[in-house]
Amino acid sequence: MEIFSLLIEGFTIAFEPLNLGLVIFGCALGLFIGAMPGLGSVNGVAILLPMTFLVPPTSAIIFLGAIYYGAMYGGAISSIMLGIPGASTAVATTFDGRPMALKGLADQALVTAATASFIGGTISIILFTLFAPPLAKVALAFGAAEEFALMMLAFATFIGLGGDDIPKTLFSIFIGLVLSAVGLDIISGQPRLIFGDITGFMHGINFLVLAIGIYGIGEMLWTIETSKGEMTVSQANVTFRRIVDGFRTLRRTFKATMIGSFLGYFVGILPAAGATPGSLMAYGVAKTVSREPETFGKGNPEGVAAPESANNAASTGSMLPMLTLGIPGSPTTAILLGGMVIWGLEPGPMLFVEHRDFVWGLIASLYVANAFALLINIAFIPAFIWVLRLPFTILAPLIFILCIVGGYGPTQDMHDVWLMLGFGVVGYLLRKLDYPMAPAVLAIVLGPLAEISMRQSLLQSGGNVFVFFERPISGTIMVIAIILFLLPLIKLVRGMLGRKATG
Amino acid sequence: MRKAELVMAVVMAVFSAYLMWKSAELPIGWIPEEGPGGGAFPFWLSTGMLLCCAWIVVRWVRRVSPASQSEEQFMDARARSSFFWVAGSITVMIALIHFIGVYGAVPLFLLFYTRFLGGHKWGPSLALALVSPVILFFFFEIALTITLPKGFTEPLFYPLYDIFL
Repeated sequence: MEIFSLLIEGFTIAFEPLNLGLVIFGCALGLFIGAMPGLGSVNGVAILLPMTFLVPPTSAIIFLGAIYYGAMYGGAISSIMLGIPGASTAVATTFDGRPMALKGLADQALVTAATASFIGGTISIILFTLFAPPLAKVALAFGAAEEFALMMLAFATFIGLGGDDIPKTLFSIFIGLVLSAVGLDIISGQPRLIFGDITGFMHGINFLVLAIGIYGIGEMLWTIETSKGEMTVSQANVTFRRIVDGFRTLRRTFKATMIGSFLGYFVGILPAAGATPGSLMAYGVAKTVSREPETFGKGNPEGVAAPESANNAASTGSMLPMLTLGIPGSPTTAILLGGMVIWGLEPGPMLFVEHRDFVWGLIASLYVANAFALLINIAFIPAFIWVLRLPFTILAPLIFILCIVGGYGPTQDMHDVWLMLGFGVVGYLLRKLDYPMAPAVLAIVLGPLAEISMRQSLLQSGGNVFVFFERPISGTIMVIAIILFLLPLIKLVRGMLGRKATG
Repeated sequence: MRKAELVMAVVMAVFSAYLMWKSAELPIGWIPEEGPGGGAFPFWLSTGMLLCCAWIVVRWVRRVSPASQSEEQFMDARARSSFFWVAGSITVMIALIHFIGVYGAVPLFLLFYTRFLGGHKWGPSLALALVSPVILFFFFEIALTITLPKGFTEPLFYPLYDIFL
């Protein structure tokens, strides 16, 4: 019952005129960002975070949460209409969404995507509301050792479950952590890694500089290179009647939507996974259990419903560890977590005690954002289709400018703007060679927290390394983390043994 | 692609070694009763970076990673030229901010990008170049009270400060 009263308290915050306005504006903006090929929630949140200094933290996180949400809806629009995913989270939506559009069923695909997103979102927010408070209560007992163990687990999931090239993933984690160590040593206060004695490095490297560099400038360079050809927008015949007809297919896609919602939510909680693998997995599972798996890939609405419900559910799921444990579940939540630090909030379970209005305002606003995203999406389908025709040569320079002034904003130092450009260019080149970038962003956000918790635990225990293993919770988490780190190695050895056996 | 993979790994290895050397300015060893020294965290992580680079090179030699098998060009002529113009114009804009400020560099960049790289007509390009700085001014200087760099154009803004701030 306590949850209900807190939730109602949250709704009174979410319905304050400023916050409600920001939810609606954020949803619309998120839909737009998601619909643009090359831009996803992480880009939108990274580039727009500096703009939110205008409003109090609660309103800021509500706004960014709405963008995150809207972008998950919006990604489907370009997947269906262009056959190009609007964001990586909507890749799986192209598999059946595009064939549906080519068959002249674009409107049905769009309605299926929107309603599946809504159902996935709603289920995951309810799960979130129920799970978050007890988890936060458990986490309140966590000390520095547990915090460090959790961060190790977050990095380990990239190695064990990430699926990318392992040395490159590890490299990305390491470089993010090293960059986070630039500045003053937190324990001794001595300057550290001050390259070329440039004073700009004394205040450290703000995570936003890296995030905007990679997700703003780097991403734009990437999109400009990959979107060479002309894109063809499918025709969609959208009338009220056809939309109502679209709702009739809901019964057919019910099972796929449920699979996507639950699977997406739990996959979303894992730091390395998030919405992209969540939606791909949901597509795979929905296909396996479907009565007509052979129609998948040829325009089956179930193939749209499963990934779309999953990516919305995953985006909510990834907020669970961010709010309760202070460990982000996705690159976007990593940036939100960094934002909290800038706003002067300490991420983690204490938020539920000290900043109830912030936490519950955000949770309630997700319910509101979900409803508005559905309404705006369906009501303005023609407008978003028009958006897809907007020339990229107008949008790209505006985004570059937002990146530059946004990178300047937090520290007001031109040094950071140059650094951001450097990260953008190097990030783009690294990305071309399959170096994953999300681990680096997660690492630069978590780096300072990880180092503090590690060194505090060691100081408290008088330099005893086993402190991380002696406490039951931290010990268990550390063991899981070590297993995940070793997972690829075990696979390698098994593969070699298997080859020997067959050879 | 194959060559690029190796070059990147070697460049990153050199960078890692530099980071190791730089971290070693602070104690990197174990201080009894206290734990690792101030430089230990970045030092061992950079060592990790170096080892990863070595691992990437081993995989390159054995042609395991997709990039090391690919015979495709890392960047074709078209990609190179778009990268050169886009990244180049941003670099010039940031450099110009130091001298003529944001309100001088931003319109020039927008005009260059939309008119010459984008091939739009003069009308829309000029409109975008002139409207954007006004929005930037009101959003950053007035609403957020973040002073954007203005270079030598600073005195021109004194009357505006008097009116709005």
